Amino acid sequence: MKHLISAADLSLDVTLALLDTAEEMSIVNEREIKKLPTLRGRTVVNLFFEDSTRTRISFELAAKRLSADVIGFTAKGSSVSKGESLKDTAQTLEAMGADAVIVRHHASGAAQNLATAGWISAHVVNAGDGKHEHPTQALLDAFTIRKRLHGAGSTGKNLAGVRVLIVGDVLHSRVARSNLHLLRTLGARVAVAAPATLLPATPDALVAEHYFDLDEAIAKFKPDAVMMLRVQLERMSASFFPSAQEYSANWGLTRERAVALPATTLIMHPGPMNRGLEISSYAADAPQSTVLDQVRNGISVRMSTLYHLMAGDQQ
Amino acid sequence: MSFDLVFKNATLANGSTIDIGIAGDRIAAMGADLSGTQAIDASGLIALPGFVDLHTHLREPGFEASETVLTGSRAAAKGGYTAVHPMANTSPVADNAGVVEQVFGLGIDAGYVDVFPIGAVTKGLEGKQLAELGAMADSRAQVRVFSDDGKCVSDPLLMRRALEYVKNFGGVIAQHAQDPRLTEGAQMNEGVVSAQLGLTGWPGVAEESIIARDVMLAETLGSRIHICHLSTARSVEIVRWAKRRGVQVTAEVTPHHLLLTDELVRTYDPVYKVNPPLRTQDDVAALRAALVDGTIDIIATDHAPHPAEAKECEWDSAAFGMVGLETAASVAQLVLIESGKSDWTRLAEVMSINAAKIAGDIDHGNELAVGTLANLAFIDPAVKREIVRATESKSENNPYAGLTLPGRVMHTVYRGTLTVQNGTIRERL
Repeated sequence: MKHLISAADLSLDVTLALLDTAEEMSIVNEREIKKLPTLRGRTVVNLFFEDSTRTRISFELAAKRLSADVIGFTAKGSSVSKGESLKDTAQTLEAMGADAVIVRHHASGAAQNLATAGWISAHVVNAGDGKHEHPTQALLDAFTIRKRLHGAGSTGKNLAGVRVLIVGDVLHSRVARSNLHLLRTLGARVAVAAPATLLPATPDALVAEHYFDLDEAIAKFKPDAVMMLRVQLERMSASFFPSAQEYSANWGLTRERAVALPATTLIMHPGPMNRGLEISSYAADAPQSTVLDQVRNGISVRMSTLYHLMAGDQQ
Repeated sequence: MSFDLVFKNATLANGSTIDIGIAGDRIAAMGADLSGTQAIDASGLIALPGFVDLHTHLREPGFEASETVLTGSRAAAKGGYTAVHPMANTSPVADNAGVVEQVFGLGIDAGYVDVFPIGAVTKGLEGKQLAELGAMADSRAQVRVFSDDGKCVSDPLLMRRALEYVKNFGGVIAQHAQDPRLTEGAQMNEGVVSAQLGLTGWPGVAEESIIARDVMLAETLGSRIHICHLSTARSVEIVRWAKRRGVQVTAEVTPHHLLLTDELVRTYDPVYKVNPPLRTQDDVAALRAALVDGTIDIIATDHAPHPAEAKECEWDSAAFGMVGLETAASVAQLVLIESGKSDWTRLAEVMSINAAKIAGDIDHGNELAVGTLANLAFIDPAVKREIVRATESKSENNPYAGLTLPGRVMHTVYRGTLTVQNGTIRERL
């Protein structure tokens, strides 16, 4: 594997290998000295065209724990007219010796452009491209579900029969797209619940099982995990829904909805959360909430990703 | 009698074989055993009226890094064209007599095709008030086709006024049908692929709703309307319905909408970014059928050159548009001839005759006959050619690169002069 661009590119075998290596990395992350020498002398660039402190820090920690040198490059306003192009920025970083580029960009497809346009030869890791994909988020979500279900016996396990309900702004969500690919590759059954405005006009293009009513979805689909998506308030001004109150009442994981869930149903959120909008504090802090597990596991999964992409390179 | 130029044994659209003799800028004889100062063996070649493009972007003045009237004229000649109609979205905008006369003059200086500028409908393409339509019509460029192409005349009242006003001089409005509110931030066709790629959709209804409105306006006012680049199956249905009612509507389709689909966007390669966007296979099939049955009147290229940096970037930042002058006839042949669904007479209509009628280009799109101006294209239909990225155009945003297409323009004659000979552009004429 040269790049990680899309969860759609990952076979079951590759996915399991990534998750199983992440299990080993998580053991490293529990040690007093959380460091492996694997990528010593290698340079990893965090190329972020969009603010995302938590994803950037997670990748940075992952690379550092593998002993790579890490540099951060944050570029705002990247359109051709406004400044340096994506091509020039990437080529500049490679000329400085970057072995891998971790890219977060507001344009869907930007990571694929970097990997395929012939501009650079470094490894490319997609850390979120527009509304397209965020594959390491899906990996950490799958890892988290597996860990909660199987604990220390997780290694080698798939997610056959596990039912995951993704709730909220699927239309604009790279987290949803990556999870739909990856969770189904692992054998999980995935449904979505969202207002029709926040699903594609042809929802079947993404997922056959979709609900326009959250309570109906929970009642009928009986999810093992409920994955709440972050809602951008700007969607309200663009008339995707009438008000924050109405969104929260109809689509939020309110205290009432959370209380009614079986204690075994996982509550997931990729963060950062809008408490009181798509998720209540009660739900976010409930024992079955995996929110902090997801953050923790993100480092292990990203270490695994960098390991699989880079460890085999000729030095 | 001896002629300046004779094409021996050319095949006409109706299948008959004949010699064509040219004297000066006119066809002087059509018959057997003609001889001339220069004789070209045209056996196996189809002789057609020189092509007329009703939708070209020549980029001059203002965007000479992409194309100039000269380079675009050369690309046009290479594609078998003898007349092109450059759109008004230059800088400055062609919304007054000065700019259209400048472009018209640049066309004469280039000397490869007739360049008949299209005037803007509204000042600065801003959709707020009418441009100087009458002044452009009365200018040396004698503009008869007006369009804000690139932008839609979305204000219904302004559209009404424009449709009425151009009646004064027999003009026609060519509408770029795109509801601006329904396409805010739009990047590609809205459908299965956009849902999966996470690119903002450009729904077909944004085109269809404007066409529906405008054909009704045209019917109400008794005006002529031309619809640019139809791209959806429902647009075809609306135009078909309007024609049945007797509305004076004509419609064009681009070569790329006849051949390419939004599946190509999965590469995220901005060479496939175009407005209106590439649609689905069902749309392609409907557009092809409409071209055959006459619902769609013409193929127009929407040749839209862009410099490399406008396409070597992420999808969202890339410019809309693709080149097409040198491949249009091949796509027409594929759709009409190779498919077995139509014939060369129809190809001549959609590539030349009908566009000349819509625009009032009296020296173009004429049946080959003695006494008419010698504007001709000769196609070798037997050739299969692999398309290369670089063309006579200054730009290389060529979505056909690597594809194999049928047919090749072997010779183009513009006002009696060979502009293309044996598939090669002739230098300084």
